[in-house]
Amino acid sequence: MIKNILALHSTRSWVFIFLLFGVGLVIVPVLNLAIPDNSFLHVPDYIISLLGKYLCYVLVAFAIDMIWGYTGILSLGHGVFFSVGGYAMGMYLMRSIGKEGVYKSELPDFMVFLDWKELPWYWNGFDSFAFTLLVIVALPGLLAFIFGYFAFRSRIKGVYFAIITQAMTYALMLLFFRNETGFGGNNGLTDFKRILGFSLQDSSTKLGLYMVTVLVVFLSYVLCRYVVNSKLGRVLTAIRDAESRVMFSAYNTFHYKLFVWTLSAFLCGLAGALYVPQVGIVNPSEMQPSNSIEMAIWVAVGGRGTLGGALVGASLVNCAKSWFTVAAPDYWLYFLGGLFIFVTLYLPKGIVGIFSTFNKKAGSG
Amino acid sequence: MSPAGVHIKESPIDTSHGCILYVEGVTVSFDGFKALNNLNLYIDDGELRCIIGPNGAGKTTMMDVVTGKTRPDSGLVYFGQNLNLAEMTEYEIADAGIGRKFQKPTVFENHSVFENLELALREKKNIWHSLLRHLKGQHRDAIDQTLETIGLLEERKTRAGLLSHGQKQWLEIGMLLVQDPRVLLIDEPVAGMTHQETEYTAELLKSLAGNHSVIVVEHEMDFIRSIANKVTVLHEGSVLAEGKMEEVQNDPKVVEVYLGE
Repeated sequence: MIKNILALHSTRSWVFIFLLFGVGLVIVPVLNLAIPDNSFLHVPDYIISLLGKYLCYVLVAFAIDMIWGYTGILSLGHGVFFSVGGYAMGMYLMRSIGKEGVYKSELPDFMVFLDWKELPWYWNGFDSFAFTLLVIVALPGLLAFIFGYFAFRSRIKGVYFAIITQAMTYALMLLFFRNETGFGGNNGLTDFKRILGFSLQDSSTKLGLYMVTVLVVFLSYVLCRYVVNSKLGRVLTAIRDAESRVMFSAYNTFHYKLFVWTLSAFLCGLAGALYVPQVGIVNPSEMQPSNSIEMAIWVAVGGRGTLGGALVGASLVNCAKSWFTVAAPDYWLYFLGGLFIFVTLYLPKGIVGIFSTFNKKAGSG
Repeated sequence: MSPAGVHIKESPIDTSHGCILYVEGVTVSFDGFKALNNLNLYIDDGELRCIIGPNGAGKTTMMDVVTGKTRPDSGLVYFGQNLNLAEMTEYEIADAGIGRKFQKPTVFENHSVFENLELALREKKNIWHSLLRHLKGQHRDAIDQTLETIGLLEERKTRAGLLSHGQKQWLEIGMLLVQDPRVLLIDEPVAGMTHQETEYTAELLKSLAGNHSVIVVEHEMDFIRSIANKVTVLHEGSVLAEGKMEEVQNDPKVVEVYLGE
């Protein structure tokens, strides 16, 4: 198994990847902990949380790249899977608050506010971290499986599929906006206090969450790399390029599409679950149609069909977003739209495509 | 020609009556237009059959019906005597042993020539197998042998999208070969080929017959003359004439609708 994994890359690429991983997992934490606050090299806590957030976006970009970049199925509804993972984690964090909420009640504050007397049945179990973990791992994939089963069986594809996923995320957003749904309505879930007993205000907790995120993103990368380098990955790309030929080569493309769609949703759910404790809130705006479109843009900007492109795209666009929302918040959407048009017209292979044009020998990684 | 050691299961096709493909009384209509009109076509096991006919005669629709892309409104489509193709999906039909080459060469443009053949290779095609398997030596040999047959040994690492039109045609034929089907449906194999390439393709198809049943749809009459034993002429969705090339050529009905133009 180890041997198979090592065979995924050339030695040079592995060195580069481990260096990147090492910087994320070791160097950054050291710069946060060991370097004094006043030093130029010190990485402050807020940067740690910001990096953790970006890494969650990178994971989302991997997920979208698997389904869109490699398989050619554009999803504009991945915000749903991200939110499901996020809300599941959020429910656990809400339950962990205990009686320290504003109303000093067993119930989450918003339920007290709505004058609810007891926990809705679907909140049961979220006191347990193990149960929550199970939901995070299983639920986004399960939802995707059911949705995909009907969509792919009916051979819905292309722009029709994209529009249906948009409708899905919009519908779910409206549902979550309602107070009666029991997920905090408009405000969502927030004011979290602790995770597994550790205070979310502590810088060590923030650092721990960040390091777990680095690890999960790294493992997800290896998983995605394994899939795309396998014959299954070549079948996925073949489906993207000539689906009928794949069917007439005796592949049940329905199963393949359903597999990668479910895998993609699973990764996206993990990203959402890691995102929420680091950002401190989850609300229905995560399911805004524009959010899901933005996710697809990260991948388009970085370069579809390469995992490296997904990483670069998600990082750069979100760095730009962080800068814009401070410096020129009104112009961010114009910039994003302009960037998308520019990339589509002039960089069909994204930013990574520029480099592989210069250096044909470089792997697609 | 069939790659050694690739066969993983004996196809359960019952051809005890000598016939491998039955198309019987098949009608397909699109918005009232009858693309196939009570079509009857019987292909013998190991036969090389050419199908000709003017545009709109129903040649491609016939292939669509046999490969599961289009469902017949009425009539029977059987593979051997036991497999009802009208109830099977595209991939099941392909898995049962019917391969198809499209009119427009359809290969995986972003994969190398080798990978194209690897994907088409006859083996288990479920997800888990694709995820975990590694190419075996015998498979490699089978692919290499096919690369030689289709004359693309040198191009094995070339991206298929960079091949010439004729090479793509051959690659697609090669993909059929490694799939090792019982029946090959081949739509316009020599479109865009040079004279030499055409001759080679004719030899290739002739050598396939016997072990495989080959059905060729073509417009190029010289090519058909060079390979055909038996020719079926389609016209307005049904069979107009059937027989040896010389007979068909001299049939006044055929001359009127097609050859004499």
